[in-house]
Amino acid sequence: MSHTFHKGGVHPPENKITASSHITEVELPREVIVTFSQHIGAMAVCCRTKGEHVKRGDLIAKASGFVSANVHTPISGTVTRIDKWKTAFGYTADTVTIVAADDDHASDTAYIADGEATRTQEEVAALSDKEIVGIIDDAGIVGLGGAAFPTKVKLSPPPGVKVDMLLINGVECEPYLTNDHALMLAAPEKILAGIKLLMRAAGTDRAVIGIERNKDNAIRLLESLTADEPSISVEALDVKYPQGGEKQLIEAVTGREVPSGALPISTGVIVQNVATAYAVYEAVYLGKPLIERIITVTGPSVKRPGNYRVPIGMNMAALVNIAGGVPADTGKIILGGPMMGRAVVSLDAPTIKGISGILMLPDSEAHRDAVQPCIRCAACVDACPMGLEPYLLATLSRRQMWDEAESGKIMNCIECGCCSYSCPSARPILDYIRLGKTTVGGIIRTRQPKQ
Amino acid sequence: MAQLLTVSASPHLHTKRTVAGCMRHVTIALLPAAACALYFFGIGALIVIATSIAACAATEYCINRWMLRRPSTLADGSAILTGLLLAFNLPSNLPVWAVIIGSVVAIGIGKMAFGGLGCNIWNPALVGRVFLLISFPVQMTSWPLPLVNRGEYFDAATGATTLGILKLGEADPASIDTVANAVGSVGGSLGEVSAIALLIGFIYLLCMKVITWHIPVAIFGTVALFTLCIGGDPIVELLSGGLMLGACFMATDYVTSPMSKKGMLVFGIMIGLITVIIRRWGAYPEGVSFAILLMNGFVPLIDRYIKPRKFGERGAKS
Repeated sequence: MSHTFHKGGVHPPENKITASSHITEVELPREVIVTFSQHIGAMAVCCRTKGEHVKRGDLIAKASGFVSANVHTPISGTVTRIDKWKTAFGYTADTVTIVAADDDHASDTAYIADGEATRTQEEVAALSDKEIVGIIDDAGIVGLGGAAFPTKVKLSPPPGVKVDMLLINGVECEPYLTNDHALMLAAPEKILAGIKLLMRAAGTDRAVIGIERNKDNAIRLLESLTADEPSISVEALDVKYPQGGEKQLIEAVTGREVPSGALPISTGVIVQNVATAYAVYEAVYLGKPLIERIITVTGPSVKRPGNYRVPIGMNMAALVNIAGGVPADTGKIILGGPMMGRAVVSLDAPTIKGISGILMLPDSEAHRDAVQPCIRCAACVDACPMGLEPYLLATLSRRQMWDEAESGKIMNCIECGCCSYSCPSARPILDYIRLGKTTVGGIIRTRQPKQ
Repeated sequence: MAQLLTVSASPHLHTKRTVAGCMRHVTIALLPAAACALYFFGIGALIVIATSIAACAATEYCINRWMLRRPSTLADGSAILTGLLLAFNLPSNLPVWAVIIGSVVAIGIGKMAFGGLGCNIWNPALVGRVFLLISFPVQMTSWPLPLVNRGEYFDAATGATTLGILKLGEADPASIDTVANAVGSVGGSLGEVSAIALLIGFIYLLCMKVITWHIPVAIFGTVALFTLCIGGDPIVELLSGGLMLGACFMATDYVTSPMSKKGMLVFGIMIGLITVIIRRWGAYPEGVSFAILLMNGFVPLIDRYIKPRKFGERGAKS
């Protein structure tokens, strides 16, 4: 019996080169650049001054508003610069540069080597649900699947919504990426502890971990660990992209469809990534804010591809050097997976919370094919997981027929890329749809009075 | 980092499937039927097929080169496929000049006049065939007998098709040899006679995921049911004439068929209905090409009103 989401989807080659590699600990860098805009929502506001000495895990910038997140430093050291810096995506953001002296570096390294729990089981059990959400908020935890949406916002459902399931996303449907897979193999007990905390925070007594069948060892490991946990179960899902999409995963596991235009939480399901659950564990048990994450550094010609535990703020070029440097044949560097990740011009930028992978594709795979006329083969219609007509939305956007695009539900597009991927004429369908979404979104905003 | 990097929007992966690849698959799927045509009709079939492909390719090349002044589009393989399909819809003793006229109409009017591949409303090969059928009814309805005079082109002995015999009421449907009809040892257009060879090609296209089952199955089902309702023999109707060729290879043409699965079913059902109506009550013994062309014209309307179900519109369940 097939067990996956029902509408659309594609099967790109998986290329999980690093599937069997363990997590490699990256040595703490002597300098980090901490960016204040690492999440969806308002930029955090700096709370340090130049020359100030900070310790590993100290708050550097405070969340400004409900949809925002705190930012902390992954190393001890002195604040040497507070200025604007170009992020990997080419935007300018406020940053703080922290430089570690020799004794800072030595004390951080020793601290990590000790690594003791700051809260005992009893203390954790005594925490109220509100306090757990508070700790998650303080720790600056955001969704680590890629979108980097502040976790505490997701844990605060709008009034009237009854949450009946916590859905843990271990799907990792993007080709090449294995960071979640590596984490599930390395720290399954800690992930489960994090899941239990999230269940308390969300006020639900049921959790399901969704994992695709190409991660068989992770499925078996988590199944054996949850064998006597009636409230947590593991759901093995057939491999299909974009199963890791929130709406697709909810449909695959529960059969519920998120209504068009509504938030996923309206189905009563809260989706959190496995890495987010792990970060929650660390925040609550160890008092450790979100200052590290697993990043898959990979590509067909990369010398030492692997899953690296990286201090957030470390220079990406330095990280890639640990993996053997940028291969000579590289034609494209992608942050994230090849289906939804973003191509960058340079690696000379700090890592941020939302980067799950650095993929270096050889020049031969970096280019698009020549665009040919649409032959109306309907491959994009079949591939679209949202049931849209991508060929039509692309044409409407190209012709600037915004009303028609809006009634064709262009705003429902999740930008998964299945349409462009499946097009035999290599048409840039999603490029046009993105253009349409931006314009139609703007039109909708001008229409609605600000609330 | 000395090298220049490519920067483009996601997705960064692309399917291996290409337009030329799709056309190649369809052409391969037509080969069993082409082999049957050569076996049953001999040299005539070879001349018609070769002329049609060459004339279609030449027409497209000339129009691109001297009228539209744009690069040649022969590499996508669609003109060759149109040529092959047009030949399949012609009798094997059709004079070369008529084949060339049909090819020029198919590519020139049926396809390039609308803007080339992907822009045409009507199936180009059928436009060519129907133009010839209406313009040269005598040449277009003299059917060489299978397995007779295979070395001859013009002097081949001719006879009637299964549907022609039935139309004139000269034979009892029960007397029709079903095996000969299925294998293709009957009179008819050179590529349409062997239902079995065409079905092999259809299964190949399904396995290669070039087409889906929706349109052919809708046509077959409708023709069988409707024929049964009006007291005909569904097996004879399914195996005779251009139905198999039309349902599997002409109606499933990407460009001139609907985009949604529901639309494809409606399209197929309507083709089935119109085919039986023309066969039973129309002036012509065969109606598949007219039915497909008529429904081609309705495709924009079908696509406008029959949409795939969008995710999240199932009605809010709590």
